[in-house]
Amino acid sequence: MDANQIVIKSILITVFAVLALVVIVPGRGARGLAIRRLAGVVFLGVGVLAIAFPHLTNGLAVFLGIGRGTDLLLYGLIIIFLGYVVAAAAHTRRTDRQITDLTRALALAQAGSPTELSATDHPDGRPIN
Amino acid sequence: MYNSLVVDGTSETILRSFARGLGSCCCPERCDVLVPNPLERTWLVIPLFNEATVISDVIADARRVFSHIVCVDDGSDDDSARLAENAGAHVVRHPINLGQGASLQTGLRYALQDPRAQFFVTFDSDGQHLVSDAVAMVEVLNDSDNDIVVGSRFLDSRTKLGFVKVVVLKCARVFERMVTGIRLTDAHNGLRALSRHAAESIRITQNRMAHASEIVSEIRRLKLKYVEQPVEIVYSDYSRSKGQSVWNSVNILNDLLFK
Repeated sequence: MDANQIVIKSILITVFAVLALVVIVPGRGARGLAIRRLAGVVFLGVGVLAIAFPHLTNGLAVFLGIGRGTDLLLYGLIIIFLGYVVAAAAHTRRTDRQITDLTRALALAQAGSPTELSATDHPDGRPIN
Repeated sequence: MYNSLVVDGTSETILRSFARGLGSCCCPERCDVLVPNPLERTWLVIPLFNEATVISDVIADARRVFSHIVCVDDGSDDDSARLAENAGAHVVRHPINLGQGASLQTGLRYALQDPRAQFFVTFDSDGQHLVSDAVAMVEVLNDSDNDIVVGSRFLDSRTKLGFVKVVVLKCARVFERMVTGIRLTDAHNGLRALSRHAAESIRITQNRMAHASEIVSEIRRLKLKYVEQPVEIVYSDYSRSKGQSVWNSVNILNDLLFK
């Protein structure tokens, strides 16, 4: 590996890191959702171009110092996939938290107040013998 | 005359107003009935999942000393909840199984609704904990300004542990110290006593077994005053078969890092 490649590969990694952040970081809210949807459309467009004009990806790959166009697409795919995994995990975490809060609220609502019942009675008022 | 009276919440109020009327107690060295008994203001919080075999005995044993017990039935599919109720505990039922951490948080929320509750003890439902240790911990809280008393198996030699478990717990303790900066001798002990302030401020969001480490992080976040107390964990064949395997430490680590 010669010196030129190292420089170009650093640039490449930085570019992909920025792309990864764009996919992962926008986060919640309407703006985040919109950014992610636009990014999705852009990646689809890039994918279409890559299929229609394979020499374009090759040219870009050579320019960036990667072996082939397909390698470039592979890197892109990996980043998008990881971004999706992170977003999905965050969503699951949020949903789990909601389920917990809901379950707890239901359980506490059904249980009543700790001071209404005497600890020596059944909840319906019958004494425990 | 005072020390022959049984004190519960209502008779204590009557005694207080009576004593106020008298001006002062005639024999202060025997008038401990006028000093609120910390156990009267203590709630035991017991997460419960499929312990029908032992829960009646555990609660009956605890009720000899603690009159306020809440069991959080975490979606058991056996008779545990009904047995707990019959034994004299308040029961809060989770419609689905959430985990021990979630059950503790629910139990604490329930007990906090009692305005006179001052101390809260997290207690296991499988008979591994001793009521005497719980009492000792409440007394420590009552006699000091600590917010939380954490049990430890390693401060005395009562508890007999297998080698693998000791190694895993020691690793957990190093990990916890690195992450939270808090030095505990036992990283994962279910017997704890909390003051009202601690119970109100601590937020348990880890539903499953990682809650133990989360509580330690909360101690740090809230700068709670903590102290350790030697406790004995009674390992029976029954509790060993139900207890955590050391494999679960992998799952706990995963929960702490990614949840």
